[in-house]
Amino acid sequence: MELTTVWFTLIAVLWIGYFTLEGFDFGVGMLLPFLARDDTERRVMINTIGPVWDGNEVWVLVAGGATFAAFPEWYATLFSGFYLPLLLILVGLIVRGLAFEYRHQRPEARWQAGWDTALIVGSFVPAVLWGVAFANIVRGVPIDADKEFTGTLLTLLNPHGLLGGLVTLTLFLTHGAMFVALKTDGDIRHRARALAVRLGLVAAVLAVVFLGWTQAETGSLGSAVAFSLAALALLAGVLAASRGREGWAFTGTFATIGLAVGGLFLALFPDVMPSTTDAAFSLTTTNAAATAYTLKIMTWVAVIFTPVVLGYQAWSYWVFRKRIAVHHIPTAELAH
Amino acid sequence: MDVVDIARWQFGIITVYHYLFVPLTIGLTAVVAGLETRWVLSRDPDYLRLTKFFGKLLLINFAIGVVTGIVQEFQFGMNWSDYSRFVGDVFGAPLAIEGLLAFFLESTFLGLWIFGWDKLPRGLHAACMWLVHLGTLFSSWFILSANSWMQHPVGYRYDEATGRAELTDFWAVMFNKVQLVTFPHVVLAAYMTAGVFLIGVAGWLYRSRRHEADRGMYRKAIRIGAVVTLVGGLGVAISGDIQGKIMTEVQPMKMAAAEGLYRTEESCAPFSVLTLGTPDGREEKWALTVPCVLSFLGTGSVDGRVEGIDDLREQYREEYGSDPGASYYTVDEYVPVIPVTYWSFRLMIGLGSLGAGIAALMLFLTRRDRTPGPWFGRLAVGSFFAVLLANSFGWIFTEMGRQPWVVFGLMTTERGVSPGVSVTEAWISLITLVVLYTILGVIEVGLMLRAVKAGAGEFVEPPDPSLRSDQDDDAPLTFAY
Ligand code: HDD
Ligand code: HEM
Ligand code: HEM
Repeated sequence: MELTTVWFTLIAVLWIGYFTLEGFDFGVGMLLPFLARDDTERRVMINTIGPVWDGNEVWVLVAGGATFAAFPEWYATLFSGFYLPLLLILVGLIVRGLAFEYRHQRPEARWQAGWDTALIVGSFVPAVLWGVAFANIVRGVPIDADKEFTGTLLTLLNPHGLLGGLVTLTLFLTHGAMFVALKTDGDIRHRARALAVRLGLVAAVLAVVFLGWTQAETGSLGSAVAFSLAALALLAGVLAASRGREGWAFTGTFATIGLAVGGLFLALFPDVMPSTTDAAFSLTTTNAAATAYTLKIMTWVAVIFTPVVLGYQAWSYWVFRKRIAVHHIPTAELAH
Repeated sequence: MDVVDIARWQFGIITVYHYLFVPLTIGLTAVVAGLETRWVLSRDPDYLRLTKFFGKLLLINFAIGVVTGIVQEFQFGMNWSDYSRFVGDVFGAPLAIEGLLAFFLESTFLGLWIFGWDKLPRGLHAACMWLVHLGTLFSSWFILSANSWMQHPVGYRYDEATGRAELTDFWAVMFNKVQLVTFPHVVLAAYMTAGVFLIGVAGWLYRSRRHEADRGMYRKAIRIGAVVTLVGGLGVAISGDIQGKIMTEVQPMKMAAAEGLYRTEESCAPFSVLTLGTPDGREEKWALTVPCVLSFLGTGSVDGRVEGIDDLREQYREEYGSDPGASYYTVDEYVPVIPVTYWSFRLMIGLGSLGAGIAALMLFLTRRDRTPGPWFGRLAVGSFFAVLLANSFGWIFTEMGRQPWVVFGLMTTERGVSPGVSVTEAWISLITLVVLYTILGVIEVGLMLRAVKAGAGEFVEPPDPSLRSDQDDDAPLTFAY
């Protein structure tokens, strides 16, 4: 395989890692007002993702860095072109990241409610906007001969893009509910499971329309397979949830998101950012790539260190494998 | 203001802000890991209490360091897309490797440390914090190698066909001579920052009546902080001195700008301690100088030749043609803003030395069982702010001194900006981030003060997971958000 194809694949893997992992912690954040009945339950939910959300977020930083290194033109066009949505995503990620660490620092109800809002909104905004962004990347945007994006914010807010946003939103909500069902115990676990089933059905309808539409516009054989498997995985996940098999249910949404994102990349290949102005202006894995030497260095680094990273991330999920229930939440005095 | 101006202000503000939290994170992870290790080995309860206390302050600081770092990563593509196209082949790799090697390590093991008190054996728990510290060192290594390449590009060739800089030797970039001396300088300055943080926080609590019972413990913290500061300070001075020589060689204009030296001195160039004159430093009204010291700093010999701004500008004009960004700088083509470089350089050294001086005084004042006077708390707090600002001024000097170049000799800052971004968009971004950062800054300072005032918590022995039985599974978590 060409090194440029290897790096296209690796970047797809990084985004798959990001959306499958941060997808559930976005979901948990957004579900805070819908699943938790009181402060203790909210804390149960937050603590299911407390130790891992930051590690999950690093996937996007590495995806961004890897794009910069392996496809500098892609990084430059994408980030300067999708300027305002990215700014909003940044604001969301900032307030959300602080909410985890700052919420518990003061006992006042107003303080905590404020950070709950930050967590909810900060999870919601990126969950929607990443979907809008990816739908547009795959479908193509106006790019001129200088590889500059020539559209505006409104160009991105087309029906296909907005539907993409709804799909990531509902998928992440489902994924989050499945995660809460898997990681908690007691009343909230059952509520989360029931909600996951309902959300999963909504997500399935939206996802099928969106992925079918994308397939019709730019799909390939590979993406058709991936999209179909994604739909099946989602239905299997929902079925497992309704039978009370939480592990399988979560695996189902995990696979759904992974396959759907993988399918989007398959539909994109060999472009990385198609131009709707003129196909000749499209950014591709070859005309946007770094030199073979840089890609070779990066490949060595990835081959050596990715297994190490995956190893200790897996270990940290293992250390925190126990379910959390209301009685595990310490009272304020005990917490410090 | 045009997009270049706005993007420059944004980069400057956002980066200096990020770097307010960075040095404390780098230094404090080492200090907290050290305190915890000491507790594991000695079982002295004071060290556990200090570990948890400074650990809590570290987390408040770390959170804001993380979220402001995300902006940094995105900012190159958003505001500096032509820069990104031009350097991506060289500059992207360290950034990507930083994420893979450093950020995963930091975030995963910090999560384990925060929530792992009742899940990990004690030695392993302390090891988690050491790994977080290792992550901060990796992070510094890779980002500084990227930055050093901008100061002194090596290991690349310029490709006419693609119009970009392309990597030819990765190791040359990793072990750039500027990098080799910047890394120790910056990391040791971070240790100093953590040292004076200990002095400031513990010194303040030491003077407080409410915490009288814990004076013995805070005294230990003050003394540890003072030793860390002094050791770090010594290293900062040594590495800074070498840095000066390398800089005179690779970026002579920056050295000339640091001194406001217009005319080349053939030998025995004087070091200006303080000069009052016109804002561009062209005419002196009053000056305090030490003869020959500048020659020594720049070249290692008292009769070394130090080039002046006027000569250098002519050289650069010949070599690179006229500077397209000349209108952005107050003085003239290829000349950075002299008052900024001159003063930031002095403030870096001056405030840093002040911090080290206070640390030495603290060590002296707390010798044997002495109790210093009431002014002591304020001085201790002051030492922290002095060193924190010294760090900011170090960066302001390095980066402003490189202007008008974004990559020295290869690309001017003006040419790096995103051509497709409108003035409106750039303003929206600058204003949003500044407003948001201001609010966050107020919140973070409030939380810090609150946590400091509360002082270290009581000693509570954390449960030893190797002794726990399965029935304990229903017990509350030792730590929860
Ligand atoms: C000398 C050290 C240093 C310097 C010059 C910078 N940083 Fe930084 N950065 C760190 C040292 C650091 C750190 C110590 O590793 C941080 C601080 C707090 C933290 O969590 O890690 C961090 C956090 C941090 C994060 C969040 C990591 C996470 O989620 O865990 C990102 C994405 C960046 N930085 C990116 C940058 C970029 C693109 C910079 C250049 C403009 C930059 N930093 C300057
Ligand atoms: C290693 C991390 C870096 C740090 C800590 C850092 C720090 C700084 C500082 C302190 C300033 C001065 C702000 C001012 O007063 O205007 C600055 C300016 C700037 N830096 Fe860096 N910088 C870093 C890396 C970079 C990189 C990678 C770029 C690449 C685009 C860059 C480009 C700039 C630009 C364009 C400015 C604005 C210039 C100006 O205002 O004169 N810096 N940076
Ligand atoms: C506690 C904070 C700091 C202190 C006390 C400090 C102190 C010093 C000292 C004593 C020198 C030696 C000057 C000489 O002998 O030539 C120096 C040089 C230098 N420092 Fe720092 N520094 C600090 C932080 C920083 C930071 C964060 C940077 C950012 C990169 C930085 C950049 C530089 C550079 C580029 C030089 C070489 C300049 C020259 O020699 O003219 N410093 N510093």
